[in-house]
This record gives sequence, structure tokens and C-alpha cells, in this order.
Amino acid sequence: MLTLVGQDHTGIVAAVTRVLSDHDCMLSEASMMRLGGNFSMMMMVGAEASAETLNTLLNSIAHSMGLCVHVDEAAGKPHQHIQPNVEVRVMGADRAGIVSSVTSALADCEVNIVDLESDVIGKQDEPVYIMNILGVSTAPIETLQKRLEEADLKAVDVSVSAVETLIA
Amino acid sequence: MAVQDILTIPDERLKQVSQPVESFDEQLHWQLQDLEDTRQAGPAAVGIAAPQIGWFQRAVIVDVSGRKKTPSHGYLELINPEILEWDDFKLGREGCLSVPDFTGNVIRAKNIKLRAFDRHGSMLEFDMTGFEARAIQHEIDHLDGILFPDRVVSRRSDLFQRKVYQASTKK
Repeated sequence: MLTLVGQDHTGIVAAVTRVLSDHDCMLSEASMMRLGGNFSMMMMVGAEASAETLNTLLNSIAHSMGLCVHVDEAAGKPHQHIQPNVEVRVMGADRAGIVSSVTSALADCEVNIVDLESDVIGKQDEPVYIMNILGVSTAPIETLQKRLEEADLKAVDVSVSAVETLIA
Repeated sequence: MAVQDILTIPDERLKQVSQPVESFDEQLHWQLQDLEDTRQAGPAAVGIAAPQIGWFQRAVIVDVSGRKKTPSHGYLELINPEILEWDDFKLGREGCLSVPDFTGNVIRAKNIKLRAFDRHGSMLEFDMTGFEARAIQHEIDHLDGILFPDRVVSRRSDLFQRKVYQASTKK
């Protein structure tokens, strides 16, 4: 598993993947995005070379580009997707503790979070927190709704809906 | 019973445009049987399109009646289907027998008016909504050589749009 973070600028993905490609690495699932002016990467890499070798190779370019990069040995392989069956949408005036309250409620219901995206939007002096969670739940939607209501999220809107995947 | 192999990506044949059915004969009936046998043999698919089994004519089967609380016209064999009208749109998650191990969000019309022919060549018209309408649009795309990953939208951009959908549907 390769993780990278650093000041965003052009050419980061190209430079990193060039090194990996030159050493016959196979790239699979990845999440890369700009977060608060930083560029971040998390990527599964299949490689003959050891994590130590890849760390050395990548760090040689990372320092010059102002990036912090790290490769760890990690179990896992492609084709391990699980289908989410619930979606939780959250939006409200930004304050500390929203994520903690929502995800604690979900954890109590044994929801497995498979994807979480969030952002701070709205006006600078009136920031709004927005979050979208996909999860796998064995409990019915009504149970999650009840538990989230009990979490007393005050001025934060939370809605839970089923994710129904059409296979055709 | 003749279960056929399902074409999967990156098979180029999935990109070809299928031709209209012209003869509503016994051969068509056999091919429809193969199509349904193949749908039934695989993972729980609510629809299948002829090109998915290498039959490049405009025929699809859709049946969403097995789902709870889902408006449905039951088991449908639809020949030369054509969407006459669209209304409203909705985001929903889709997967496909021809695109293993991938699902994604796709915007589809929520309500459609559909014209098609049955296996004997009689004209049919349906007003469809929700999941059934989505299934039809997914299948008609196959007839035009379009796969759902061509239409997948980023969930991140959707983060901001959700509330707008909700507000407008609550009214």
C-alpha cells in the first residue's frame, strides 16, 4: 500500500507512477485527490520488489517534489469489492464531533463503512460540513434511523437510505 | 434450455449497434428462450440484452417483479424497444453481467413511456417508473453498444447535488 501526501502541484502522479512502472509494478485500486491544498494518494501496488526497495526509490524523487511517501507491505488483492446497501448523508453547520457522533451510531448498529467522503462548504464565516457514507448494514434502515435520531445531532441533517444496485 | 456465454468487457462486440428484429418467427422464440435461460442461470439479474449473448438484434428481457415494493409490469420480452418520452431523472447504482466486479452511479430518466413489440410482432406500450424504467434504459444502452461505465458519474460531485434532489422531491 502506497500512501503519499504533499503540497499539490502538477506532475505528482506522473512522476510516482513512472518510478513504479520502471520497476514493473502493477497498479490497482487507488484513491487520489486534492484535500485542503494537499495532494493525496492511496494506492494498492503489486510488485516483485520489496516495500523497502520501493520506499528508497520513491523517496529519491519525493523529497525533491516536497512529498511524503510511504510504502507498506499489505495483504489484499483486486476483486475484493463488497456492495454497500446503505447510504448516510449528513449536512449541517460545521462543528467538532459530527463525524464521531454519526459514525459511533453506525458502529453501534454494526455498519461497516466502505466509503466516506466529506467536505467543508458554504461561506467562509459560516462553514457547512457535508458527508456522504456508504456502508454495509445487516440491520434494517429503520434501526439506523432510530439510533441516529437518538444521537441528538442538533442542527445537523442526517438521512439514511437504501442503496439498491440494479444488476442487468 | 440453452444457456449461452455472456460477453464481458473488454470484448469489442459489446460496443456494436444491434439491428432491428424483422422476423417474428420461431427462431426469434428460440433465441428469446436462450436469452432468458442465460439470465436465469447467472447472478440475480433483473434484465438482459441480446448482444450480451452475442445476438446482435434489438431484443431485451426485463423482470423486476421479484423485488418488493417495486412498480412492475412483470416478465417482459421487448423487441425493438424505443423510449418515446422521458420525465425527471434520478441517480442509482448499477452493475452489469458484462462488467464483472464493478458498480457505479448512473443518472437515468425516472419515468419513461416505452414502445416495443412482443414475440409475435404486436405493438406494446408501457408507462414505466423507477427501477423498471432504469432497467429498460440500461438494456436499451446495450442495443446501442453503450455500457453503464460509459455513463458513471462521480460520487464526489454528487455530494453537493443530493440535497437539491431531496428538496425537489419532497415538495
